[in-house]
Amino acid sequence: MSAKISRDEVAHVARLALLELSDEELDRFTAQLAAVLEHAQDVAALDLAALEPMAHPFPLRNVFRPDEVGPTVDRDEVLAQAPAAEDGRFRVPAILGEEP
Amino acid sequence: MSLVPTARDHATAIAADVRAGRRRAVDVVEAHLAAIAATEDQVHAFNLVTAERALAAAAEIDRRVGEGDDPGPLAGVPVALKDNLCTRGVATTCSSRILAGWEPPYDATVVRRLDRAGAVVIGKTNLDEFAMGSSTENSAFGATRNPHDPARVPGGSSGGSAAAVAAGFAPLALGSDTGGSIRQPAALCGVVGVKPTYGRVSRYGLVAFASSLDQIGPFSATVGDAAICYDAIAGHDPLDATSIPTPLESVAAHLADGVSGLRIGLVREMLEGDLAPEPDVVRRVTAAAEALEAAGAKIDEVSVPAVVYGLSAYYLIAPAEASSNLARFDGVRFGLRVDAPTTAEMMRATRTEGFGAEVKRRIMLGTYALSAGYYDAFYGQAQRVRTLISNEFAAAYERFDLLLGPTSPCVAFPLDAKTADPMTMYLNDVYTIPSNLSGQPAMSVPFGTGEGDLPVGVQLLAPALEEARMFAAAAVLEEAAP
Repeated sequence: MSAKISRDEVAHVARLALLELSDEELDRFTAQLAAVLEHAQDVAALDLAALEPMAHPFPLRNVFRPDEVGPTVDRDEVLAQAPAAEDGRFRVPAILGEEP
Repeated sequence: MSLVPTARDHATAIAADVRAGRRRAVDVVEAHLAAIAATEDQVHAFNLVTAERALAAAAEIDRRVGEGDDPGPLAGVPVALKDNLCTRGVATTCSSRILAGWEPPYDATVVRRLDRAGAVVIGKTNLDEFAMGSSTENSAFGATRNPHDPARVPGGSSGGSAAAVAAGFAPLALGSDTGGSIRQPAALCGVVGVKPTYGRVSRYGLVAFASSLDQIGPFSATVGDAAICYDAIAGHDPLDATSIPTPLESVAAHLADGVSGLRIGLVREMLEGDLAPEPDVVRRVTAAAEALEAAGAKIDEVSVPAVVYGLSAYYLIAPAEASSNLARFDGVRFGLRVDAPTTAEMMRATRTEGFGAEVKRRIMLGTYALSAGYYDAFYGQAQRVRTLISNEFAAAYERFDLLLGPTSPCVAFPLDAKTADPMTMYLNDVYTIPSNLSGQPAMSVPFGTGEGDLPVGVQLLAPALEEARMFAAAAVLEEAAP
């Protein structure tokens, strides 16, 4: 596998994960993530090409419920827990004209 | 200075007495509230004690008993819930600032089943934030202490639940186990802790950490109490699509089955080599094997070489799933919102302020492991290791009915001993992780003490859905424990 994770890569990952890190946190996380990834080299180095990846312990597929009308969680009770709500919906600040 | 009570009130005894009208559920709850009042300030097992609700629920149980009704197999038994289990109208924090003030609009399925069985929820217990940790020090509300020695950690992430049972605050508690978060604190606190087969207990209403690994299970002081709790919460639930439809077998009904003729394998890689535990722990596991042999089991060594790769695979898979699951905490629908002019800035500010350091670290690790260019080398490879470990367990279970090993490499360690280096902390889960990766059941049973007279737990591992066999062996160990 590649060389150690860099400070720039950590900063990039933080942006992807919607987290803001201070300079001190960036330094600390870079060293700590590098240590974990270093430990993971034992796995990265194995030849496992013959094995299928396993996403889930047991082969459950296409789990459907019966198509019947039943009670659901109360909308007002859900919205009462939101930081902001209006007209039966969640309210958020502006989403247009901003950077992604 | 131990805060562990010398006499205990067991769930089986409480339920029998309350059902028969010999004791009032209200008295049982009041006695446990008194125990909490006496030492909780030194333990900090709870984020919230729901005293009023518990007394009201107990009064209702007593009323039903008075009318000749049977409230169920856990009648009047106080239960402590890990604070990542949703309770309708009662704060559920995951020990995170980001869920501050949130009261779920529904109950987790396990909470409904406990209620149906007559149990009384007495409070919500502390955990490592979002169940990420092995010491319950990563809580936004402060660390939980080990009742055997308050200068030491209770283990984690379900440290509050383990400590609540050890301290006598509740005979039963529920936790969640993603990489050992029930079994490791159970071992460090000297109580029984069970991770059932993946899919055996509904996760509906458990705040998700790593969905292909998470499983809910009980803590208790005795194997029999864990059995009646497991019987009450397990079984198919249409609200959890990963729930197994196979009919439930009562483990309480098989507790006296014994181990005569069972073939039990001692996992070599968990006892020697790079992953060897402290010598005291090895001695306890060896003694447990001898006790099982004396009860009629056939003991032999077995090699499961891939377990040494479990830790690395886990610390790629679990953070990857967590980075996805925790994307929902963005200040829009529940909990904390830090105001900002745009939605993206609001989300970033909310997550930055709301999450603690370990949660941020794991989200970052998972985001990295899933990112373009690294996906196959890390996440894909880790998923193949999962297959490798599962294949090796399957081969071992062709020769053995159960496996035996340590639960934790060490006894409870002092607070702050491992907080500076995440990798050292992660090593606590090295023997528990393989069962989460394979989805198979495992449990920790107290078996004597090690360094400093602190509890040691031994771990029984079983094939999928063989909980009854596992509990029967646990009962033998409990009987033989020093």
